[in-house]
Amino acid sequence: MEQDYVGMATDVSSYSNEAELELGLGLSLGGGGGGGLLKAKGSPWGEYGKLMTAKDFPSGFCGTKRASDYGGGGPPDVGYSASPGVSQVVGWPPLRTYRMNSLANQAKVLNDEEEKRVGGNDECNEENMDYGSNKNDTTVKDNGQLGFVKVNIDGMPIGRKVDLNAHACYETLARTLEEMFCRLSTTINSNRSGGQEKGKATQPSKLLDGSSEFVLTYEDKEGDWMLVGDVPWGMFLSTVKRLRIMKTSEANGLDWESTASLGEHSIIVLEVHMPSRIDLNNRSHSRLSPVLIVAFY
Amino acid sequence: MMNYFPDEVLEHVFDFLESHRDRNAVSLVCQSWYRVERFSREKVFIGNCYAISPERVIARFPRVRSLTLKGKPHFADFNLVPSDWGGFVLPWIEAMARSGVNLEELRLKRMVVSDESLELLARSFPNLRSLVLVSCEGFTTDGLAAIASNCRFLTELDLQENEVEDRRGQWLSCFPDSCTSLVSLNFACLKGEVNLAALERLVARNHNLRSLRLNHAVPLDALQKILMQAPQLVDLGTGSYVHDPDSDTYNKLKSAVQKCTSIRSLSGFLDVAPRCLPAIYPICLNLTSLNLSYASLIHNSELIKLIHHCSQLQRLWILDCIGDKGLGVVASTCKELQELRVFPSDIHGVGSAAVTEEGLVAISAGCPKLNSILYFCQQMTNAALITVAKNCPNFIRFRLCTLNPTIPDPVTMQPLDEGFGAIVQSCKGLKRLSLSGLLTDQVFLYIGMYAEQLEMLSVAFAGDSDKGMLYVLNGCKKLKKLEIRDSPFGNVALLADVGKYETMRSLWMSSCEVTLGACKTLAKKMPRLNVEVINENDLIDASSDDRQKVEKMYLYRTLVGPREDAPEFVWTL
Repeated sequence: MEQDYVGMATDVSSYSNEAELELGLGLSLGGGGGGGLLKAKGSPWGEYGKLMTAKDFPSGFCGTKRASDYGGGGPPDVGYSASPGVSQVVGWPPLRTYRMNSLANQAKVLNDEEEKRVGGNDECNEENMDYGSNKNDTTVKDNGQLGFVKVNIDGMPIGRKVDLNAHACYETLARTLEEMFCRLSTTINSNRSGGQEKGKATQPSKLLDGSSEFVLTYEDKEGDWMLVGDVPWGMFLSTVKRLRIMKTSEANGLDWESTASLGEHSIIVLEVHMPSRIDLNNRSHSRLSPVLIVAFY
Repeated sequence: MMNYFPDEVLEHVFDFLESHRDRNAVSLVCQSWYRVERFSREKVFIGNCYAISPERVIARFPRVRSLTLKGKPHFADFNLVPSDWGGFVLPWIEAMARSGVNLEELRLKRMVVSDESLELLARSFPNLRSLVLVSCEGFTTDGLAAIASNCRFLTELDLQENEVEDRRGQWLSCFPDSCTSLVSLNFACLKGEVNLAALERLVARNHNLRSLRLNHAVPLDALQKILMQAPQLVDLGTGSYVHDPDSDTYNKLKSAVQKCTSIRSLSGFLDVAPRCLPAIYPICLNLTSLNLSYASLIHNSELIKLIHHCSQLQRLWILDCIGDKGLGVVASTCKELQELRVFPSDIHGVGSAAVTEEGLVAISAGCPKLNSILYFCQQMTNAALITVAKNCPNFIRFRLCTLNPTIPDPVTMQPLDEGFGAIVQSCKGLKRLSLSGLLTDQVFLYIGMYAEQLEMLSVAFAGDSDKGMLYVLNGCKKLKKLEIRDSPFGNVALLADVGKYETMRSLWMSSCEVTLGACKTLAKKMPRLNVEVINENDLIDASSDDRQKVEKMYLYRTLVGPREDAPEFVWTL
């Protein structure tokens, strides 16, 4: 019974007919058509109305196995990582944040050293790596003690924390956030009843009634709020201080239709279009290729 | 007869009572003992900062000089408690400052400590000697600067695993030249740079320094210089332990270490160059405590080489990359071992670097003095637990954490009920137990039957029905803290014996089957409990349906009613 907990993600994502599920609610900030929560291919949304595949993302995004789940291939395999779901359980294994961050940072150092060794100077041998150089020390220091950053969503008073070190790309981060904020009440209730009762997803109903749409933003080291996705992942990591899932009431012409249900579930996929540099204070947007999906239940 | 002794005699007798539990007991005997005890108590321990108000504590113990406070529930360590839940130390510091308490020691765990609190602390208590912060948050290095600048008699500044924002100040440089009283300085958890020259000077002038734990920003060459100045150290936490082993600096380090014949406790190694490890071999023989649990860069074989030198270890904290074989080496080398903690080194993927039941069995067989274990492992079997129980009947603390929280015995595919049952039956002095793995109500039956000394129980993803929780509540007479997550215990269990909760410090239940209505019922029946409901998705209010399940419930006994600093997502019923 409890084992279903970790497998629940896949249970939920058992769609009947994937071809029809080109879910695309394009949150186009510079124009574009109206919002549709559930669209078939060839909808007026056009290029908005498709699920992003990994190839649509700029370099630096990971090509996970879930890429094949996208683009009409299948439902998003939400919240399911390579490991048997262990790392997706909030607060398990029970380790203090401090310790988790520390381990993650060291893993990063190892990876960085690995990369240097692989792609670096021929003269660099393992022994040199052993005692390191100032550069290695700097790497550790620059990356700082990353790990858990706070994330808030507009409309919910309670923030969460997300472990950035658990992710190698925006895709997995988005999925984790979607899980975090939409499945809080569904997770264990689903678990208890073996996945039948999907619980009271009150969060989705706020989304679903058409009154809100969201973009994922972050505060950088300078204190500015930026849209997530506009810089390579590594750069993002080095500058992010905290995250905020923000409402964008400026979005043009978006009209949230009532959700179509798939059995007991409703899915919205939100494409967020990110210009390369956006000043949220000025709200001057222009439309560029989409780089982030946030999917809510 | 004791009533006819003058108070001074009673006080003198009570002086021999160290533990707060003994003093609490003594104060219940009669009015005069209560009176004498309260005026003579200098060390006050408050296990839950919301169980009592600072004013009442000061009123009862006006001579308090040392205060220990704990704030957030234990599961806050694992991100299960929203960060604004509470646990603020400021009201306590303000109250003590107002009342002119002569505070000398402050020890805080899981509390929110602001810079403002630290500044007030530093200004208000000229005799402050000791500040210990464990798993706290809310402060920056500016607050530390205030402490360093103002506390002229500071002997101990001990920061353990806190979330501290680095303000790039020079807090360490704020210790005045006149500061020569330091005995213990631990800033290992700080993320930022420190002024190395200031650190070296500080160490040089504090000849009583016994315990020094550096952060990762202190490089090996600075360590070498520090050790030259402080050969009297008993407890050392290295910073970054990385250098060229063929260098002059490293050789100097080797000779500095050799002079440190008093070191009994070693930790740190956040960055480590394994080839530099031999420098510490000379002190390994004397080590009683070794913490390598942050040193994920030390390879298995080097770990084992190191362990071979450490035959006097009583406490070992290590990462699971030591492997079962490595634990075998520990078992055959460390015959004095009392406490072992094995932490996971790879939590994001399926690592091969993990330990199994074999390592635990080896330890139990080789270390007869073992009484405390925290063990993160890939898997566990009933047979192994039964063997461990037989080998080690002296466990006081037994915490097992399988990386997959509901994994059964992989050999028999059975739940781990029998294994844990053996542990509680054999270890008659068991005070703390954490369960994991596939578990049914049966394990709780065993716990209720046998765990007579159990004070703290942690449950996750376990049990089948209310019966499980009822077994524990009915059976464990000394239970103080019960924390449960993701288990199917509901209203029947919660409400069966409401009086029980006044005998306990607290109960945490999250993602269980308890409803709002039941919490309300409980709160109504027991006015001396605070029943807090934390609902993150839905703000629970008067209009909420009683049948709604509460995500998180935290209840605790209190003498001062609902707290006033609860945020809006916490509703005290």
